[in-house]
Amino acid sequence: MRLPIQYNLRNLVVRRTMTLMTAGGIALVVAVLVLTLALAHGFSATLVATGRPDNAIVLRSGSDSEMMSGLTREAARVIASDPAVARGADGEPLALSEMVVLVNLVRRGNPTASSNVSVRGVDARVLELRPDIGLREGRLFRAGMDEVVVGRNLGRRFEGCGLGEKLRMGGRDWTVVGTFDAGGSGFDSEIWGDAEAFLPAFDRSVWSSLTLRLKDPGALPALEARLEADPRLHATARIEQEYYRAQSQQLAAVIRALGLFLVVVMAAGAIFGALNTMYAAVGSRSREIATLLALGFPPRAILASFMVESVLLCLIGGVLGCLLALPVHGMSTGTTNWSSFSEVAFEFRLTPGILATGMLASVLLGLVGGWFPARAAARRPVSEALRAG
Amino acid sequence: MDSPTGGRPIIALRGVSKTYKRDTIEVPVLAQLDLDVAEGEFLALMGPSGSGKSTILNLVSGIDSPTAGRVVVAGVDLGSLDQAALAAFRARHVGFIFQSYNLIPVLTAFQNVELPLLLTGLDRRQRKQHVLDVLGIVGLHGRSEHYPRQLSGGQEQRVAIARAIVSDPSLLVADEPTGDLDAASATEILDLLGRLNREFGKSVVMVTHDPRAAERAHRVLHLDKGVLVESVQRDRP
Ligand SMILES: Nc1ncnc2c1ncn2[C@@H]1O[C@H](COP(=O)(O)OP(=O)(O)OP(=O)(O)O)[C@@H](O)[C@H]1O
Ligand SMILES: [Mg+2]
Repeated sequence: MRLPIQYNLRNLVVRRTMTLMTAGGIALVVAVLVLTLALAHGFSATLVATGRPDNAIVLRSGSDSEMMSGLTREAARVIASDPAVARGADGEPLALSEMVVLVNLVRRGNPTASSNVSVRGVDARVLELRPDIGLREGRLFRAGMDEVVVGRNLGRRFEGCGLGEKLRMGGRDWTVVGTFDAGGSGFDSEIWGDAEAFLPAFDRSVWSSLTLRLKDPGALPALEARLEADPRLHATARIEQEYYRAQSQQLAAVIRALGLFLVVVMAAGAIFGALNTMYAAVGSRSREIATLLALGFPPRAILASFMVESVLLCLIGGVLGCLLALPVHGMSTGTTNWSSFSEVAFEFRLTPGILATGMLASVLLGLVGGWFPARAAARRPVSEALRAG
Repeated sequence: MDSPTGGRPIIALRGVSKTYKRDTIEVPVLAQLDLDVAEGEFLALMGPSGSGKSTILNLVSGIDSPTAGRVVVAGVDLGSLDQAALAAFRARHVGFIFQSYNLIPVLTAFQNVELPLLLTGLDRRQRKQHVLDVLGIVGLHGRSEHYPRQLSGGQEQRVAIARAIVSDPSLLVADEPTGDLDAASATEILDLLGRLNREFGKSVVMVTHDPRAAERAHRVLHLDKGVLVESVQRDRP
């Protein structure tokens, strides 16, 4: 009952100019869709990769981010001795008291532009708690010295962040003695130094957070219960990875919403293009359609054939759109994370799922754009169309 | 029985009227028409332009329906069929031959001829066999991979005839099949139609303006002002 698909393919080839123009419109929509999804995905993936599933982060109760949190030294000491916390080779708890502040840095090569960067005070334990992170160049900062190490993304993005350069913050000059690689996670956009040196420099007296290695991630609820039971601590714990995932959600949602709005607006235009092209196709093949109906092809075979043609047309656009978006994969960009107010560098990440979504969208555009023209074709009164010639 | 040539009727029109509505004006084309065509008959329909010849072919092949009256073709009362059933009826019983061939330009001769077979249950191999057979009958064996624009008018019309007969319908309706052809090609096409009628027993209803074409028919009917007048009656061989 079906008309051969070559019939549709050849018609698309015969009308190649029209086909390419229409497919081009679809391609732009698909490209923007794919890029939006890749952007949101890259951003989420970066932040999700930032935490570990077996680390817990402790913040002041009621605060959603390190920026708004505060823990006294005393509270941090008590919590670190909790039985849920794993211990290192030296028998000491694997716990890291951290202090986070935002520093405004000037962009490299553009003295008028600046952005906030997270500066994190840690201690030598940091690499033990975050074993996925390794030094790339130079060495780690020394305790008590005005030295820092920076994430791999910072050196080329901000003035003073290159190895050996000096960075002015908190009224002092800090020498960059090393760079570290955090595997593309959010830490790659941070500056790390000795917490005990940072506290006076940034005029702080409390920690921002406490990161703990759990003996067993399942012990989190028990830890939480103990934190809650002690009102002096005024603290709450969650899995580190969950914390960063939540941090990414707001901005990822906004990226998606803005991108999808753009996609919808463009899609309306592209559908109009497809509609136009398919109406033109139906109009110019009026007699052909009548002939097929006269030969005994049922109207629904004509409908199906034009739907197939419309979908094929838009699939060409889908493939072009994905090809257009492909080179952007791995390209890095940065944005200010709305949850931490600091800039995070991340990469566009195209996944097979995102490309499939793009192709699916092109099929959808084909179905929507093809429906009315295909129906018009199927409903063509045969005798009249044959006369019309 | 009531057919002039004595065979069973393949077509029986009874009291058929057709009125077209153009805006609010009604245009009567056929009024109270009776017509019988016997199985195996070759009938030519002549008449001035606009007299309703094509309209009769459309009614007989079920692509248009009468305003009044009954149309029975191959024993089927077309008035009782819905659109889908009419499409199936055409696929099964009627082969169309048009003045301007109406081949699908993007399909090869082979693929054009194969189209009606896509509506049958035949598999690819069987379809190929049938297509090559009928291309042989119309004398276009070597042209199966040609596209319509690579063929002459006469060849195109022969492809169209192959398409009309490939699913072995009992009735061929041809609307001025030689109207666009030069004399030599026209003769070839008429020879072919005659052969299909004699050797393959196809009933043929052909509309034509050309008296030489009409000579091939057993019977010539003139349609004028809604009335059919018989002019020639030849014995069937
Ligand atoms: N679909 C239609 N709508 C309105 N009028 C129609 C329609 N089809 C045919 N007619 C009218 O019916 C009359 C008969 O048309 P038809 O095509 O049957 O004539 P014909 O005898 O085949 O003419 P020709 O020799 O020019 O092909 C004409 O006046 C025509 O204008
Ligand atoms: Mg006519």
